[in-house]
Amino acid sequence: MLSPSMTYDVIIVGGGHAGTEAAAAAARMGARTALVTQRIETVGVMSCNPAIGGLGKGHLVREIDALDGLMGRAADAAGIQFRLLNRRKGPAVRGPRTQADRKLYRRSIQKLLREQSGLTLVEGEAERLIVRDGRVYGLELADGRVFATGAVVLTTGTFLNGLIHCGEHQEPAGRVGDRPSLGLAQSLYGLGLPMGRLKTGTPARLDGRTIRWEQLEWQYGDDEPELFSDLSTRVAVPQIACGITYTTPEAHEVIRANLHRAPMYSGQIQGRGPRYCPSIEDKVVRFADKTNHQIFLEPEGLDDPTVYPNGISTSLPVDVQEAFIRAMPGLDQVRIIRPGYAIEYDYVDPRALDPTLELRACRGLFLAGQINGTTGYEEAGAQGLLAGLNAARLAGGQDGITIDRTKAYLGVMIDDLVTQGVTEPYRMFTSRSEYRLSLRSDNADERLGPLGEALGCLSRERRTHFGAKQAQLSAALTSLNERTLTPNEAALRGLMLNQDGRRRTAFEILSYPTVSWADLTRIWPELQNVPGRIAARVETDAKYAVYLERQDRDIAAFKRDEDMALPDSLSFTSISGLSAELAGKLETVRPRTLGQAGRVEGMTPAALTLLVAHAKAAARTKVSV
Amino acid sequence: MTTFDDKAVIFAPATGMGRAAVTIVRVSGSGTRGVLETLCGRVPQSRRASLMILRDPANGSVLDRTLVLWFPGPSSFTGEDMAELQCHGGRSVVTAVLGALDRLPQCRPAEAGEFTRRALLNGRMTLDQVEGLADLIDAETEAQRRQALRSLEGETGHAVQRWREEIITAMALMEAAIDFSDESDVSDKVIADGLRMAESIRDQIESELRKPQRPERLRDGYRIVLAGPPNAGKSTLLNRLARRDAAIVSPMAGTTRDVIEVHLDLGGYPVLLIDTAGLRESEDAVEREGIKRTQARIADADLVLWLQAPGGEACPFEGPNVLVLGTKADLGEAEASMSVSATTGAGIDALLALLQERAERVFASGEGVLITRERHRAALQEVLLCLHRALEGDAEGATELVAEDLRLAARALGRITGEVDVEEVLDRLFSGFCIGK
Ligand SMILES: Cc1cc2nc3c(=O)[nH]c(=O)nc-3n(C[C@H](O)[C@H](O)[C@H](O)COP(=O)(O)OP(=O)(O)OC[C@H]3O[C@@H](n4cnc5c(N)ncnc54)[C@H](O)[C@@H]3O)c2cc1C
Repeated sequence: MLSPSMTYDVIIVGGGHAGTEAAAAAARMGARTALVTQRIETVGVMSCNPAIGGLGKGHLVREIDALDGLMGRAADAAGIQFRLLNRRKGPAVRGPRTQADRKLYRRSIQKLLREQSGLTLVEGEAERLIVRDGRVYGLELADGRVFATGAVVLTTGTFLNGLIHCGEHQEPAGRVGDRPSLGLAQSLYGLGLPMGRLKTGTPARLDGRTIRWEQLEWQYGDDEPELFSDLSTRVAVPQIACGITYTTPEAHEVIRANLHRAPMYSGQIQGRGPRYCPSIEDKVVRFADKTNHQIFLEPEGLDDPTVYPNGISTSLPVDVQEAFIRAMPGLDQVRIIRPGYAIEYDYVDPRALDPTLELRACRGLFLAGQINGTTGYEEAGAQGLLAGLNAARLAGGQDGITIDRTKAYLGVMIDDLVTQGVTEPYRMFTSRSEYRLSLRSDNADERLGPLGEALGCLSRERRTHFGAKQAQLSAALTSLNERTLTPNEAALRGLMLNQDGRRRTAFEILSYPTVSWADLTRIWPELQNVPGRIAARVETDAKYAVYLERQDRDIAAFKRDEDMALPDSLSFTSISGLSAELAGKLETVRPRTLGQAGRVEGMTPAALTLLVAHAKAAARTKVSV
Repeated sequence: MTTFDDKAVIFAPATGMGRAAVTIVRVSGSGTRGVLETLCGRVPQSRRASLMILRDPANGSVLDRTLVLWFPGPSSFTGEDMAELQCHGGRSVVTAVLGALDRLPQCRPAEAGEFTRRALLNGRMTLDQVEGLADLIDAETEAQRRQALRSLEGETGHAVQRWREEIITAMALMEAAIDFSDESDVSDKVIADGLRMAESIRDQIESELRKPQRPERLRDGYRIVLAGPPNAGKSTLLNRLARRDAAIVSPMAGTTRDVIEVHLDLGGYPVLLIDTAGLRESEDAVEREGIKRTQARIADADLVLWLQAPGGEACPFEGPNVLVLGTKADLGEAEASMSVSATTGAGIDALLALLQERAERVFASGEGVLITRERHRAALQEVLLCLHRALEGDAEGATELVAEDLRLAARALGRITGEVDVEEVLDRLFSGFCIGK
């Protein structure tokens, strides 16, 4: 046995979005943590588009922030064009988004990590996991260093057996310019984990100095930027606009004529790519009747001429890329800084994970981010945060925590992953949540703050801030519930309510679609003292009140099934009366609760009844011992 | 699959809808007392059969004179408050009682296995008992699926399937407007398109529910399909079975020239015997259509009897509801679990006994077409309610509320047609819109 040069409570492998959140979270929990990554200067790098947030994704960032994670604060520090998506729709589906200055974002993540006590950054490549009897004991680096630890979080993104495709050209890489992770991949295969292959792609980067901006339309950010973090107070850097151009019939012609040279069509790529992030060659084939596609030209930074053309991800050969890009308005003379490419990589079937993100086959080994079959910075960051928390708890001898579907998008994502697995890279959408009206970006802190406090992963600053906001909120609710009007009194003040003689609280009155907060402050001027953000929060709850009540009933039913734990020792294959097929599926997923079992594909009422019986029987024996 | 709300009062007929003189309707849940008060005027003495008059709460009309049993929880089968209504007077009465129950806001038809599950949750059953029951619940689920398939045959069935498709499209449009509003391929028009679609589904369901219930065709008999190669002896066997005078209800030609249906009454249970004679005899278009129809019949059969003459073609179907029957036993031996000879009559009685036993098993599990139909009606009513709400709101300002109501509508419709999964909606969305900037 090699002698370890160092011992840590928790070791994180990978300095991407999952890894940085995991490292910071573990350290916040008080674990002595090391973040091992290939190159420290690439910590916090955005591999693809220079933007954070959006619909579903913005919700995840707010949730990360509620648990005191990094992403929201870094995005606020680096944001160069804030836009609240769906501003004209209801609050449940508004998603904050910003374009981020790539360099500023990376720097700000690195700064937050350096400021975090208990965290050491280690430059090096993780080569081999040290595992005995289904438990992790340490990690060996490519340079021979060995670290001892009982908890490892792997967040290696697209690096496992990564293979880049650009036309006929193929090259092993983790992403362009970085080596792939081969040794570690082998280590995982050695554990006998179920693994598969996925693919994703990125567009060429353009030299902004060669774009004819004057020929383009513009998209600006919001006048009143909506920030991500509760701790941020203002936009930190100057804001920019993006250009808008279009693909053209000529560009499509070029693509069509060269389809045989696209790895996706020549059969060179085996991995599945995402349906919602098709390459431009895919779009041209699948939506053949469209003569153009809108393309956003997004500057990658304030002092960086690189431009990210959003919407033309491709793995066509470089000469074809140049030809079709130059067929677009404003780009006829453009210089390509770096061609687009597709990347294929290994992922681990997330059904091999517990909802704590720990692998069942190897205790102490956690996985988070793209390695679990997801895509996107926000998805990665949110998983990293949970894995980091749980790794630290494991190191401290505590039970793992899980977050369920009713609490957070984070919970929806993890439940989807560990129960359904993936067939394409998984991305968050708000439509994935059946509790969308409850899981809003404006109440992430209320949903998760108390958990963060209980776990001990919030900084003092965060706790103070959270406490103050909660106090304001409950004060506002109290004053609304104390103030009442009869329909007649309301009519005298210009508000038409049902003439049923029933006295209503200000909160109930606010739930009328026609009544606004401003109407209330006209009647009760003292309500003007309620801070704007708090007033907006209360108004949302009031407007959704009827729907939320209904949803609460669903949530109660959900919780009932979720509270019924299935024993770890339960062998599904030995339950008499379960079909072999269903027992096999249940063994793959190993649901931990009756509720989760109910979400396993192909579940039947009889099977559920059998599981209830077994859960009950187990609960009885537990009590009696 | 989703699990069910355990607050509601559930009801279902507990005995078959055969000739049996009484049909027991079981009711369970904490609101059972209120249900009895509404239907019978009062709650009878517990654990005693009391003769009571059931009235329709909608108009006070008498539904039936019924023996009512009241079992307060926790010492009842489910551990909850329960009642048994022993209805007489045939299917029209039972239909009316089920309908009245369903119109009570606290009531809904029970799902397969739900009584058992409640009993289990309330500690009224041991693991061994449940394992014994699992088969029964499976059979019940399977019978329900077949029953549903059957009642979805024909026009209404097609309509329900179409509504499912349309509701998925409406949801995809609404979700596109929400999750992909920043995509150039998604214009504001999609909200209006989605609403128009929801409106059309609403109108269709409304007119469907307004249609008078069609007179009973004997849809809920135990269905036996006779299948096998030509000359396996199907018609002979059919005739032989039909010749037992006592058993014949009405022989009639099927709706198509190549299908004969015969109704039998075996021990009080209605049995429908379907002969698929004439199949595979030619390759023409009519013939192919016939084969398609046979396959459909086999899919919703309770039992497929594959007739196998000595040396004849082996049975291409497999499953618990397939029985290989050797024919022409007088001519030689076929590989089958049971053999008959229509000429000598050997084995016919044994066959009839077996068929009766099979039929009994299905009817004893308590489900029938009436409850299926009630379940469908209840589901459609709820779909309608959700669609009304979806269409009332201010769609521009509250797309997410419209989407929520559509989701609930789809969930209700899913109880008839199988759950609508987010993945289906996303599939529809990504195939309709070019997403991905
Ligand atoms: C070409 C490309 C296109 C993409 N396109 C999109 C898109 O269109 N939309 C979208 O939402 N997302 C896209 N992404 C995905 C997005 O970049 C990732 O989802 C996100 O960065 C994943 O975060 P992560 O933390 O899991 O991994 P990454 O951000 O990839 O980070 C992995 C980290 O692990 C380190 N590492 C790997 N192996 C080792 C090792 N053995 N030892 C030490 N360190 C190691 C790497 O150096 C790196 O720091 C794309 C990514 C790529 C590469």
